[in-house]
Amino acid sequence: MAKVTKDQVKKIADVARLDINEEETEVLVQQLSDMLSYADVLKDLDTEGVEPLYQVHEHTNVLRKDEPRQWITQDEALKNATIKKDGQFQVPSILE
Amino acid sequence: MNFETIIGLEVHVELKTNSKIFSPSPNHFGAKPNENVNPIDLAYPGVLPQLNEEAINFAMKAAMALNCEIATHQRFDRKNYFYPDNPKAYQITQDAQPIGSNGWIDIEVDGKTKRIGITRIHMEEDAGKLIHSDDGYSLVDYNRAGTPLVEIVSEPDIRSPEEAYAYLEKLRNIIQFTGVSDVKMEEGSLRCDANISLRPIGQEKFGTKAELKNLNSFSFVQKGLEFEEKRQREVLLAGGEILQETRRYDEQTRETVLMRIKEGADDYRYFPEPDLMPLYIDEAWKERIRAEIPELPDARKKRYIEEYKLPAYDAMVLTSTKEMSDFFEATIEAEADIKQASNWLMGEVSAYMNKEQKDLSELALTPAGLAKMINLINDGTLSSKMAKKVFAELVENGGDPEKIIKEKGLVQISDEGQLTDIITKILDANEQSIEDFKNGKDRALGFLVGQVMKETKGQANPPMVNKILLAEMKKR
Repeated sequence: MAKVTKDQVKKIADVARLDINEEETEVLVQQLSDMLSYADVLKDLDTEGVEPLYQVHEHTNVLRKDEPRQWITQDEALKNATIKKDGQFQVPSILE
Repeated sequence: MNFETIIGLEVHVELKTNSKIFSPSPNHFGAKPNENVNPIDLAYPGVLPQLNEEAINFAMKAAMALNCEIATHQRFDRKNYFYPDNPKAYQITQDAQPIGSNGWIDIEVDGKTKRIGITRIHMEEDAGKLIHSDDGYSLVDYNRAGTPLVEIVSEPDIRSPEEAYAYLEKLRNIIQFTGVSDVKMEEGSLRCDANISLRPIGQEKFGTKAELKNLNSFSFVQKGLEFEEKRQREVLLAGGEILQETRRYDEQTRETVLMRIKEGADDYRYFPEPDLMPLYIDEAWKERIRAEIPELPDARKKRYIEEYKLPAYDAMVLTSTKEMSDFFEATIEAEADIKQASNWLMGEVSAYMNKEQKDLSELALTPAGLAKMINLINDGTLSSKMAKKVFAELVENGGDPEKIIKEKGLVQISDEGQLTDIITKILDANEQSIEDFKNGKDRALGFLVGQVMKETKGQANPPMVNKILLAEMKKR
């Protein structure tokens, strides 16, 4: 049985701003379900009393000193902008 | 039906570190657009965030000053959303393990003290700034992207718009004292969103809340909440339903306007930030930061009233900013009379700051200068009128009050012989006024005093002038 529903796939696509058609939805339902089934093997392990691990490294407190550094110029910052105006990036109008 | 108002506030405070929270870009207000950015801020492929140690210290200091417990284990999470103010398409924030929790502050409304709980305070990065124009484009400046922020979430303990105002004032006051932020709403270093709902009195369950945005001053927060309180009451009384809405406060119409209706919780798909290592804040680190927190406004206020015997009002005004409070204490340290120091700071100094729109630190006046001037008034060297001239010089250009007095030739004339000579001349020239005075016209005395002051360019010792004038007139 599929682990993910069509509605879930559509919702995930929507929040990720992906435009997918009906056919692609079907394919993704299958693929995502397969991935989750593959990870199911982990369920066989007994994880009682094991703290969740968020990092595979053992490091903590990797920090930077509070020293400012001017790295690039305004021109360089805007170099790859498709459109720009008055030292700023221009994007299609966003008004809520 | 009567309703109870439930308000919770979310306050964002920018921390004034030298550099950004996850990149070494300079962090300051007022640069040219996109000048303080780098490939990390702009989310170029392959870049990694680098956590700024001072941002943690500052956030911890704020959390401690707000009586929060500090988490020993912390980590960062990604909050995913698409909006051009954030080139990464996610904000690095602390979702699951905030730096501080279970705090509180005491506010005072109508002479009563009330404790407002603080649910949590967490670190995150600020977004860039968007300017909307009507040509179909928006302009984006990423200077602010990556500025360290703390978000301070209150418990829904606030019961009126007035309490909300008092909470914000107190929060700003405390954070200002810690020195971790400028907390200036007009520069955006303090921002506030407000959640408000009503429930029938006696009901346990909260009503549906509306979230207010675009609140650009404390007074707009209060006004927006007042409008919203009234709106919700009217909807409920008419049998209507409050929807979970985000509303914007319109400063022109003084109304809240619907921005959007929220359907379910926003899906931000939080997950642990894989590019940053977890934080482990041990007791030694916590204690080091705790030791750096200066005496906070409430403690100082109490001390001013109890030790310095100042009125509660003076204590409140003097502790409105740390600069004012430090200046006041340094003035007393320089042996100025306590009440006079307070009066000058609350009166002339504050008036000057308001008029010039300057902070205390921008004035040339020093605590030593102010103390010396106060002492020169007390030993009779300066009349209060002359003191104003000395003050005007001190506040503009600084310097030593004694030197200013000499340079301006401001020494008060208290020599009896010298004053008698001047007064005799004036009486000779104003026979009519003496006559008037003897006929009971008190105004004549004022006129004569004025003449003496004019003759001496305001330097005559006023009580002595009065005394000699009366004595000389009696003789005639």
